[in-house]
Amino acid sequence: MASSSKLNAKIPEGILEDKWTKYRSTVHLVNPANKRSLEVIVVGSGLAGSSAAASLAEMGYKVKVFCFQDSPRRAHSIAAQGGVNAAKNYQNDGDSVYRLFYDTIKGGDYRAREANVHRLAEVSGNIIDQCVAQGVPFAREYGGTLSNRSFGGTQVQRTFYAAGQTGQQLLLGAYSALQRQVGMGAVTLMARHEMMDVVTIDGKARGIIARDLVTGKLQRHFGHAVLLCTGGYGNVFYLSTNAMGCNVTAAWKAHKKGAFFGNPCYTQIHPTCIPVSGDHQSKLTLMSESLRNDGRIWVPKQKDDKRKAKDIPEEERDYYLERRYPAFGNLVPRDVASRAAKERCDAGYGVGSSKMAVYLDFEANMMRYGQIEANKKNLHNPTKEAIRALGKDVVKEKYGNLFDMYKQITDEDPYEMPMRIYPAVHYTMGGLWVDYNLMTTVPGLYALGEANFSDHGANRLGASALMQGLADGYFVIPYTIGEYLSEEIRTKAIPTDNEAFVKAEAEVQERINKLFSIKGTKTVDYFHKALGRIMWEKCGMARSAKGLTEAIAEIQQLKKDFWSDVRVPGEQHEFNTELEKAHRVADFIELGELMCKDALNRNESCGGHFREEYQTGEGEAMRDDDNFAYVAAWEYKGESNFELHKEELKFENIKLAQRNYA
Amino acid sequence: MSHGNMNLTLKVWKQKNKDSKGRFETYDAKGISPDMSFLEMFDVVNEQLISTGKEPIAFDHDCREGICGMCSMYINGRPHGPKGGITTCQLHMRSFNNGDTIVVEPWRGAAFPVIKDLAVDRSSFDRIMSAGGFVSVNTGNAKDANNILIPKDDADTAFDAAACIGCGACVAACKNSSAMLFVSAKVSQLSLLPQGKIEKQERVLNMVKQMDEEGFGNCTNTGACEAECPKSISLENIARMNREYVGASFTQNKK
Repeated sequence: MASSSKLNAKIPEGILEDKWTKYRSTVHLVNPANKRSLEVIVVGSGLAGSSAAASLAEMGYKVKVFCFQDSPRRAHSIAAQGGVNAAKNYQNDGDSVYRLFYDTIKGGDYRAREANVHRLAEVSGNIIDQCVAQGVPFAREYGGTLSNRSFGGTQVQRTFYAAGQTGQQLLLGAYSALQRQVGMGAVTLMARHEMMDVVTIDGKARGIIARDLVTGKLQRHFGHAVLLCTGGYGNVFYLSTNAMGCNVTAAWKAHKKGAFFGNPCYTQIHPTCIPVSGDHQSKLTLMSESLRNDGRIWVPKQKDDKRKAKDIPEEERDYYLERRYPAFGNLVPRDVASRAAKERCDAGYGVGSSKMAVYLDFEANMMRYGQIEANKKNLHNPTKEAIRALGKDVVKEKYGNLFDMYKQITDEDPYEMPMRIYPAVHYTMGGLWVDYNLMTTVPGLYALGEANFSDHGANRLGASALMQGLADGYFVIPYTIGEYLSEEIRTKAIPTDNEAFVKAEAEVQERINKLFSIKGTKTVDYFHKALGRIMWEKCGMARSAKGLTEAIAEIQQLKKDFWSDVRVPGEQHEFNTELEKAHRVADFIELGELMCKDALNRNESCGGHFREEYQTGEGEAMRDDDNFAYVAAWEYKGESNFELHKEELKFENIKLAQRNYA
Repeated sequence: MSHGNMNLTLKVWKQKNKDSKGRFETYDAKGISPDMSFLEMFDVVNEQLISTGKEPIAFDHDCREGICGMCSMYINGRPHGPKGGITTCQLHMRSFNNGDTIVVEPWRGAAFPVIKDLAVDRSSFDRIMSAGGFVSVNTGNAKDANNILIPKDDADTAFDAAACIGCGACVAACKNSSAMLFVSAKVSQLSLLPQGKIEKQERVLNMVKQMDEEGFGNCTNTGACEAECPKSISLENIARMNREYVGASFTQNKK
């Protein structure tokens, strides 16, 4: 298989370990005086956006940051719980850059680019250094050193954390760095602004059309380069662990302006989320993967067991992950854990009123920790209750906020009874196709963090999203953007009365007019929920050619219904959240169709993409490396028309193998 | 579409924009389930309003898991409602009774102008952060992370202060609309850590100056901020900031 001539990944020559060092040392530079006249637009203010904007401004570029929330600090990176990976080997347990690289490629089921992943592992240590220097309060040991814990898909402890609020602390660190640049005048902050389109001139990205969400006015903004740091598209499923505002609009507009979309079907369904409680549900809440360090997952051995968890004796419990995967146990990767939960529930062993849940039980480890504490305190013959109380304190310190959140939502106390959990949409590995420089197929248009497709293959390992977002923003784009901008030093700022800007704004205006003019009978949420149901049932945890074919037809019909029967209340020139949602849902509908087409094209199972037709006798995902070891990069060719381009994935350092966590 | 058996009356603040005058409007919330969150109850009401050709109620929200700090409703006279230690999005309808009348207002405060209905402008917080809420370390300057050893207790106390979500409930709760809890949480986090000590004097002076310029009131040690904070940020932070401020003022004057 050869890669499409339209895709040049620009992977540097040389041996894997030297590629980045050598490239970084030879990439073109922009001198400080020229940086001052080069303008960079950053859309999105999460980990990738804030870190990129702050770093580029520190280097001297003129930066404008856009976010739809009222402050950059609200971006959904804030909600990441468990931690951030780095190959520091502080635990002396044999970790290394190579091992992090290897785990990530394997965890991604051999569908990521080797060179990008190795670079990610190389800079992972710098991220921890930078964040500590900013004052991020990571968890520490009594000796004052940094603490680590384990995450799924690895056998070392390389995850750094701040209680169950690691994303919050990392984002506030990046936000601080960003606000420092705003205060110095190096960054212009445009909060409560949403990107409505990319403006291209002579094939290059030259700016964006934005809508001020307070006044409703459309604006034109020029940039020598545009960085999309706009996160993932999990909300295409309506119910997900994403924030309500997370959307694909920026990435989708870029796609329609020529940026290829990579592996859109790769969706991560996270195994440990609080189950759905009713049809009023607006979002799902994650219970961090870190809980799988100390929580054991089980279901009753007996079908439809009506007893309370506590009343089911040990020998009548099926710790199915420990049974099926003894080497990794409860810490298998997310896709494997999710499918195993679905398998048990589908077979009739689920728990709770809906029977679509499994137990996550802390009792055994609470007792184990309690015994360790009792030993430390030199208590002789403590009672079982005393041991449990000591153990409960340890668990509370590690996961207190998660336990509180669980209790608040379910009205059940997880210290007294096991949590009930079920998989939910959490992350999207797919995204805009980018080369080694993080540039999309549109020159000058970049995608960073979850918005790009690059590092996680078909399944992301836990605590790697924070790592990738910050790697892209702090340590990759500051170097790689020079390759493009060094050629742009002669380009003067283009006035926004240029016809390309005028035309792009007119198109956005036309779409707004259209949305208001329909005056239909159904709300935006009605369509969003309908789309979510199709996607979850037919393009969710298990997919089949039949289901996907049906889904494509259903989505095309839904699109017609949306554009003839949606009701958008209010006016354009005001704060109008229904109009915001209408734009986003319209784009989600189009994306949903492409996701199904991509899933239908990929006649294999890999990572989070599980095609029922392609599985082993034991129900494991069965890859087809001969025919599908490629990135599917889709080009937009008009309504419901997408052309597939393939980037061959070459594995020169890792031998392709069936993933084995048993 | 019915979800549950609770029927409630809402009295909600409606205001077109920052320049117009607001008023309370009464809405019926019917068929509410006790398992719904407070915001999901608003979703149901808004769906009904849109379906009947009326305008929905505007409110801020995003993560719906209590961490982004965007949701901001003043419910029955208390920021984030009747329960302690949670945000509006984490409040569930089981905390109310069938037949209740619930009064919902936006945050009030000169430095938090209303944008529409229940949504307010909190960009003043961002500007306070720009004045000094950071450590001046450019990307690439850092040394190996374990070269800085930090006693666990200091790291834990700094983390407790850093847990602030910037929602503004402290300001909304305060009779003076003071932002002291918010500002002191960031000042405390950074002054407790060796990385932040170098700039601690400039930081506290600049952040307090910006806080005053934004129009936030003074602190009279009432403690409503701490009581209403969804993340239980401690008043001790205000004490620490006052000490830092006094110290910095004396030292700076001598320079």
